[in-house]
Amino acid sequence: MPEITYRKAISQALREILQSDPRAFMIGEDIGGYQGAYAVTRGFLKEFGPERIKDTPIAESVIVGAGIGAAMAGSRPIIEIMTINFSLLAMDQIINCAAKLHYMSGGQVTVPLVIRTVSGGGTQLAASHSQSLEGWFAHVPGLKVVAPSTPYDAKGLLRAAYQDPNPVMYVEHSLLYGMKGDIPDEEYSIPLGVADVKREGSDVTIISYSRMAQVALKAAVRLEEEGIDAEVVDLRSLRPMDTETIINSVKKTSRAVVVEEGWKAMGIGAEVSARIMENALEYLDAPVQRVASADIPMPYSRPLELATLPNEDRIIEAVHRLF
Amino acid sequence: MKVLSKPVADKSKYMDLLRQMMLIRRFEEKASEMYMRGKIGGFLHLYIGEEAIATGVMSVLGPDDYVVSHYREHGHALARGMDPKVIMAELFGKATGSSGGKGGSMHLFDASRNFMGGYAIVGGQLPIAVGLALAAKYRREDRTVLCFFGDGAVNEGEFHESMNLASVWQLPVIFMLENNLYGMGSYVERTHAGGKDIYHVADAYKIPAAQVDGMDVLAVREATEEALKRVRTGSGPVFIEAMTYRFRGHSMADPVAYRESSELDQWRKEDPIEKFKVVALREEFVTDDELQGIEAGVQATVEAAIRFAEESPEPELDTLHDNVYA
Ligand SMILES: Cc1ncc(C[n+]2csc(CCOP(=O)(O)OP(=O)(O)O)c2C)c(N)n1
Ligand SMILES: [Mg+2]
Repeated sequence: MPEITYRKAISQALREILQSDPRAFMIGEDIGGYQGAYAVTRGFLKEFGPERIKDTPIAESVIVGAGIGAAMAGSRPIIEIMTINFSLLAMDQIINCAAKLHYMSGGQVTVPLVIRTVSGGGTQLAASHSQSLEGWFAHVPGLKVVAPSTPYDAKGLLRAAYQDPNPVMYVEHSLLYGMKGDIPDEEYSIPLGVADVKREGSDVTIISYSRMAQVALKAAVRLEEEGIDAEVVDLRSLRPMDTETIINSVKKTSRAVVVEEGWKAMGIGAEVSARIMENALEYLDAPVQRVASADIPMPYSRPLELATLPNEDRIIEAVHRLF
Repeated sequence: MKVLSKPVADKSKYMDLLRQMMLIRRFEEKASEMYMRGKIGGFLHLYIGEEAIATGVMSVLGPDDYVVSHYREHGHALARGMDPKVIMAELFGKATGSSGGKGGSMHLFDASRNFMGGYAIVGGQLPIAVGLALAAKYRREDRTVLCFFGDGAVNEGEFHESMNLASVWQLPVIFMLENNLYGMGSYVERTHAGGKDIYHVADAYKIPAAQVDGMDVLAVREATEEALKRVRTGSGPVFIEAMTYRFRGHSMADPVAYRESSELDQWRKEDPIEKFKVVALREEFVTDDELQGIEAGVQATVEAAIRFAEESPEPELDTLHDNVYA
């Protein structure tokens, strides 16, 4: 199994899709000549040409809209929105159109569209450029939302997202692009809506996704040193969400902490804890704990940014509150 | 080298314009150095090459007029009179910065100078310019809103919505387009259907428009002066397109692989500071000695700004939740 980066895993999946399916093309800002703001599409313009690697004006609404229209007509566009912060300019197309067309048309129309974007903070880009808005999309019926935390998941989920007949928000994390991991040589995909137990444990379940799943794994190593055996569940898909895997784990450990990089209010942690309460209340030894970013717009200053983001220490503190 | 537009009369004005442009240049060069040394984080977008625009505009704008800008706004902020120390401290993320370290390079604000912000989402400042102008008109105040934006922003819906509404409501806005020919790696002719002369779009909204040489501080000054006169009569917005070029990458992270170095060489001949120096010397509005004096003064100002930023404290952690309403 070759070891490759998260960035390379995504770009490999994209390349294989473009090579094998003539219906596929990509649309986005600076994905061609500039080779992608995060270099995921490096070399693509040269390999696939401008008809399939479409650089656009800065115009998120029509980028997504053009993808929706093309998908309705039978093409398989893959959209790149440079970061999730800019998806806000395309909200009408994503929420009012992409998510609803299949239902509103009584099933006559499908929108098999992948919207790739980048979420998260941690690089001092300040309030307007550091948001984790994937939960907003996960709120909306008609959309699927995935957010991989490893190269293996990144590739497998992108393949599945591409094959799915629904619009899928595929959410990358800028601080994971350099992360390395093993990937099989043969083709594979990971079904949407299936969580992954990234580490087995018996004392507490830490549920997370994207970069925070990696932080949770590191926290788990430290917890082990003090004799707490933590299980880490990586959601991978936010919608559909794999309630069963969460519940099975909590039934085993009787304790749960949910970790997300976004804001706590109305967030993923709130959703996960509600599901635990609905399905496994009697198994809990303590109230579910939530770890999230501070309830403020992201500050620019490095020390303030670090104080805002969840980290290993805060996860460990939350676990301690359960015992 | 193109001929400069009509000269301004008094010598001190020349010196001021020159000093301002040189200060911006030096500030940006130093900021770039500080970024490389890890003193500045996040994205850093330099204004090097475009100094004539901020300088020309601000030299005629009144203190009551509002300014809004994008993330490439250090030059605008400096020319508006913000203290270089306070800007540099913000870039360093220090407590003494303009936003106490919370905004950073892309979000400079100085409400006391009606500098109502740098906006990092492309196009975001345009609707806000309309709102500031709306308030000015509603309150019968004699204020104009000067809104900076780039050639890339023109392709966002927010630009068109703002142009239209400002015109329909006859609001006092000067739409100041800094056309540096690129939005990140995208050349304007590949992204704008109307080609690189963007000012024609204003026709569709019945907004009077002009294109000026953005490398010529006097031309920018004159165009802004005329625009201000017109806007102050209450007849609605004006659009100015200043043609310019950024000598550096889009941000410090940009390896600039998408344009030929010969293109940059060509534009370097239009360097707004060098061009202006030549004229100022030729017209004897400035002597060699004075030039050296300005150089030294600017250098000292920027050094002092760095020292101030360096020595300032980090924001206290207990300020984390300040300034959040809900
Ligand atoms: C809505 C939105 N989309 C994309 C970006 C990423 N981005 C930042 S600056 C930029 C280019 C803007 O170009 P232009 O308006 O010409 O201004 P310039 O940088 O040339 O001064 C892009 C695409 C963003 N910040 N906001
Ligand atoms: Mg530009």
